[in-house]
Order: sequence, then C-alpha cells, then structure tokens
Amino acid sequence: MYRIRFHGRGGQGMKTAGRILGTAFFLAGYEVQDAPLYGAERRGAPMLSSVRANGKPINERGIINNPDLVIIADESLLTLPAAGVLPGLTSHSVLLIQTDQSAGTIKNHLHIKGEVLILPLPPDEKTTGGMALASASCGAAGARLCGLALDILEQAVRLELKTLSPNIIEKNLARSRQVFALLPAGIVREGKEIMAGWQRPHWIDLPMEEASISAPAIHGGATSLNMETGDWRILRPVIRTDDCVRCGLCHVFCPEGVISLTDDGLPEIDYHHCKGCLICLAQCPAHAIDAVPEHDKGGKL
Amino acid sequence: MKPTLLTGNGAAARGVRLAGIDYLPAFPITPQTEIIETLAQWIQAGEMDCRMVTMDSEHSMITAAGTAAATGVRVFTATSSQGLLYGMEMIYTVAGWRAPFVLVNVSRALSSPITLEPDHNDVLAARDSGFLQIHCSTCQEVLDAVLLAYRLGEDERVRLPVIVNLDGYYLSFTREPVLIPSRKEAARFLAPYDPGETHFRAGDPVSQGVAVLGGSQYSYFRYETHLASIQALSVFNEICREYEKITGRVYEAVEGYRTTDAEIVFFMLGSFATKAKDAVDHLRKTGLKVGLVRPRLFRPFPAQAIIRHLADKKGVAVVDQNLSQGKGGILHAELSSILYNEERRPCVLVSFIGGLGGRDISVEEFFEMARVTVQAAESGKTPAPRLLYTHEELARMRGLQSIAGNRSPGH
Repeated sequence: MYRIRFHGRGGQGMKTAGRILGTAFFLAGYEVQDAPLYGAERRGAPMLSSVRANGKPINERGIINNPDLVIIADESLLTLPAAGVLPGLTSHSVLLIQTDQSAGTIKNHLHIKGEVLILPLPPDEKTTGGMALASASCGAAGARLCGLALDILEQAVRLELKTLSPNIIEKNLARSRQVFALLPAGIVREGKEIMAGWQRPHWIDLPMEEASISAPAIHGGATSLNMETGDWRILRPVIRTDDCVRCGLCHVFCPEGVISLTDDGLPEIDYHHCKGCLICLAQCPAHAIDAVPEHDKGGKL
Repeated sequence: MKPTLLTGNGAAARGVRLAGIDYLPAFPITPQTEIIETLAQWIQAGEMDCRMVTMDSEHSMITAAGTAAATGVRVFTATSSQGLLYGMEMIYTVAGWRAPFVLVNVSRALSSPITLEPDHNDVLAARDSGFLQIHCSTCQEVLDAVLLAYRLGEDERVRLPVIVNLDGYYLSFTREPVLIPSRKEAARFLAPYDPGETHFRAGDPVSQGVAVLGGSQYSYFRYETHLASIQALSVFNEICREYEKITGRVYEAVEGYRTTDAEIVFFMLGSFATKAKDAVDHLRKTGLKVGLVRPRLFRPFPAQAIIRHLADKKGVAVVDQNLSQGKGGILHAELSSILYNEERRPCVLVSFIGGLGGRDISVEEFFEMARVTVQAAESGKTPAPRLLYTHEELARMRGLQSIAGNRSPGH
C-alpha cells in the first residue's frame, strides 16, 4: 500500500493536493482513501492530509504513522514539533519540501535517514510565496514520485479544480507539468501492509487524581503568549505610519487583541501573535495598512 | 458500474438526494455541515425538489423535522455532538409521535473538554429515545444506510424516526470509493412515502402527541413504541434482502467477519471496525483464530444474531468508543445483559475503552487486546476494564499540565 502524508497550513491547499493525488491513483485503477485533518480549523494553522492507495480495498484509517512519502508545502512547519511533519520517516520513506533551501542542508540539519528532495518555489509566484499553486504543485509531485502518468495527473487536476475558472485551471495544469518534469519518476516504494515485529503498547492504569489536577483548567494565565500564532500568517499587515490618522480602529477591531496603541496613539502590531486575518486592513479608514506576503523578502518586515 | 470517490458526508447527501426528500430543516455544526452544504447546492441548482429552511437551533430543527414528518412528507436532517444534545428534548418527543424521518448524526465527542473529533457518546445519548439507530463503518454503508433508514422507519409496522450514524473525520471527511445506485434502482427500493394515517390536513383534523395522566395510558404508548422498535428487527432483515436483490450489496443487522471458527472476537461499533478487520487478517496469519462482530443496527438491539455469532467463543474483546461515567463501556453492559442467561455464552468478556475524542486505535493495540483476551480465556480470570492509554500519552499530558500551571501530582 502507498501511504502519503501532505503537510501545510490552513489555506495553502493541502486538502486539494491530497484529493488530486487520490483521484489520480483512483483513475489509475487503485483503491483509494484520502482525508484531511484540520487540527485547529483555522487559516494558517498546521494541517495535514493523507492518501492511501492499494490494489485491494483499504481497511486502515486515520493518520498515517508510517508514510512512504511526506510532502511539505511550507518549510516553516519543519521547526514546529506540534505540526508533526517528521514522525514516522524512515530510510524507506521519501521527503519532499517546497523550499529554496538545498536538500543537503535539510537532510543534515534534521538528520533525515531517507531521501530528501526539494521543490523550488515557482519564480513568477512572488506575491503569494508560491502558495497560489501549491495544491497542484504538491499533488503533481506526489503523482510523479509514485510513478503515475502525466495524462492521469492532468485529468485529476481538472476534476478536482472543476469549479474554478478555465484560466486558473490552465495555470494549475501548467504548474503540474512543470513539477512533473522537475522530479524523478516512481522513486517512492509501497510500504508493507502491517509492520512485522510490532511493539506492544505501553498501556498504563490512569491514577485517580483530584480535580485540582485533573479538571481541564488552565491556571498558568497568559499561556497563549507561549503559542506564537504569528507563524500562521501568510500575509502580514504593515502600517504606514505617515498615513495613519491614529483613530485606533485597528486596535478596537483586532480579534486577537494584538494591536496596541503607543502614548502617541500610534498602533503597534505584535507580530509574534498576529494571525494575519487582515481585519485591521479592512477597517482602516485611511487605507494606511498594506498586506505584505511573508515570503516576499522585499517587504518591510 | 464504476465507483465514485465520496466522503462520508458526500455519501450521506447522495443517499438523501436519491431518497427524494421534501423538506430539510438545518442548523450547522462541525463535522456534519458538509452534508447540508451539499444538499443546499443541489437545491439551489434546481437538481432537488425540496424545501430547505435554516433554523435558529437544533431544538427548533428537530421540532421542525418531527412536525413536518407528522404532516406526511419525507424529511431529512443532520447534526453532531452538542447539536444532538441541544435537540435532545425533541429527540425523545418526536419519536413518540410515530412520524418517521431520517437524521444523520456525524459522531463527535461531547464536552467537556470541548473537541472536534469523534466518539460515540453523542449518538448513544439518544439510545433510549425511540429513534432507531444504524451505525456505519464505510462511506458506502453511509449511502446505503440512508436509503435503508427511510424504508425501515416508514414501514407501517414500524413508523419510527431513524438515526444513521457515521464517525466524524474517519468517515465524514474521508473519501472512499462508493457505488451510487441509479435513480431507477433507488426508486425500485424506496417508493414515494405513503404516510397512511400520518397526515395533517385542514379538512381532516388530527391532534397529535396528546397529554395523558395517571401512568396507565402512558405505559401503553411507551411500550407500543418499544414493541415497534423490536418489530423493526425483522423488517430490517426483510428490506436488506430486497436491497441486496437490487444492488447486490449484502447487509445484515449484525456484521460477522471471520467468526465461524473464531475463538476470540472483537465486538465494536462504527468505522474503527475496518481497522479491526486488518488486525483479524494479520492475527489469523499467526495462527490465532480471531473474528469481528459489529452490530449495524444498534436500536433495536439485534440480540439473537449477536448471541448466535458469539456462541461458544472463548473470549470477546469489547471495544467501547464511549464511556458511561461511573459505569464503563456501554456496549460491554449491553452485551453482558443479553448473554447472561445464555448457556453457550462466551467464557469471558473483556472490556476495553478506546478511541475517545478521536484518539486512534493502532493495529498493535488490536493485537494486544486479542492477546489479553486469549490470556483471560485461558486463565478464566477477567481483567479490569482497560482504557487504551499509554505511558507516552501520560508523559505528554504531564507536559501540558505543567504549562497549564496545574499542581503536579504527588505534591
């Protein structure tokens, strides 16, 4: 059975990437199961999707713990343990990352035993950091690495994007072909049905603990400060202070409470926690806030 | 016929479309919303002749579903988790009206703490309501169960509303190959609804859901509903045979997988049962005679079929994806109660609680449950109920508790 895991952030298209690959396998005659897992169900939050393909009906379900291929759309997930992008990788599995770094750097830094491949960001996708076509890029990468044919991939892209405009579908098809040509064919090998030499689970008897310990309450206060939700952002709001009229509306409307006002009434954004929802930009009467892609090195960061 | 890749939610919507419903009261809740979204798109596009109304809550939604059904039209609605609980007053109420409709529940664990992933405590909270319950383990089964549910509930020998249950995420958002019956096939199985005496017309007044005092009449009405539910068992078997003739797909109230010569059996509900099948196949290769028994129909409880499947087995690993606080696994209690008086009952029933709040059950854990059950059968000593929870999980919990500023245990 092929087991493929896609990792990205909410909004980057990894559900669609999984569906493109799932449909491609299905069109090639495989039994298929694909499923997204949304986690926090928020744009920018880490999420994943899984694809299984086999010659016979699939009984396995849920998260893939022993992937043959892992595809990561957003390199920032590599350093985020909660995103769980690396667990289960072995010398058998292939890791593909959409990044401008080199494969060697990533392999050495993260001590990856198996093959590491990189997919460079498309050069003409500056404004979106390559994310506009990420679903086609990553779906096509999966199809190519698993040895599926180009015409089947194209059919799958058309099927999964059929509600979009012809122009956008063409762009995605062009990107799919580009990715298909960049990557080696069929280097991913099917994993075993069930691991031999299984390990017994270390079940324990849960001790009875009093409510002061075992109630689902948080006593630490402000623990959310430890959670840097700033890395959920795809677009960053940047205030042009010269144009700001100091009305304070952005401070009032920010749903995360991360825009504070200085003594002079000038708004300041806490980028460690701003999720990039851009409600401030929509509310600003002076149009003094810009949206700058996080990947755009030319932006005022 | 070629299958189509559909999510569990998509399969439910397909079934509803084929059932040709008249009325759809709706209220959104994750992970069920995709069903209503899909139906709304078809209604908007003119592909379904149906009236959809968005309600202010699940309480109103289930009231609307019951009242519409009481006028004699075909009704569908869907919810999950807290939504089912919010409508619970009306779940019990409308079941007593004896006006059938179908409600899909996409299982999601209950608060507190709040979560989005599945277990079965939501649907089991409706266990005693009078609604019939069909539990699905694949997306194909979801589509088929919706059609079966209409036939079953609307049968004049039954006349009860039906819940079709599917697990959130593991089915609701998971695409699998599904064979979609043609419109013609569906119509051959499910004719337009003939409500008989269940109608509401100005010229022919009916008072429904009346009040009674003193207990005697109350006992009559409540027990009649119970008898109708019991009756649904033979009706279910009958309509499944008819469905098989049309679609070729075999359904029974209880699914038995490799049970005939099995000595050890997994007993469980829902989508994790397919994972158990993989474990069964693998354990068989190692020489252990293992099988799986899975009730599809949970209300009425198909006692005789379960007793037959489990006769003379050495041990049963009951896997409860639910927890009755202060008691334990609900399936375990249900199973014990039907086996107690049986001479050929299995030697031991071992209780496992697993998969709460969407926690995965690994194939290794199925192997271990089988091993523990074999040991219990050989020694004749039944171990205490076991929560599937590992040392590693508790260690992670301790990390979170320390961030949350909770007093650490032992201080």
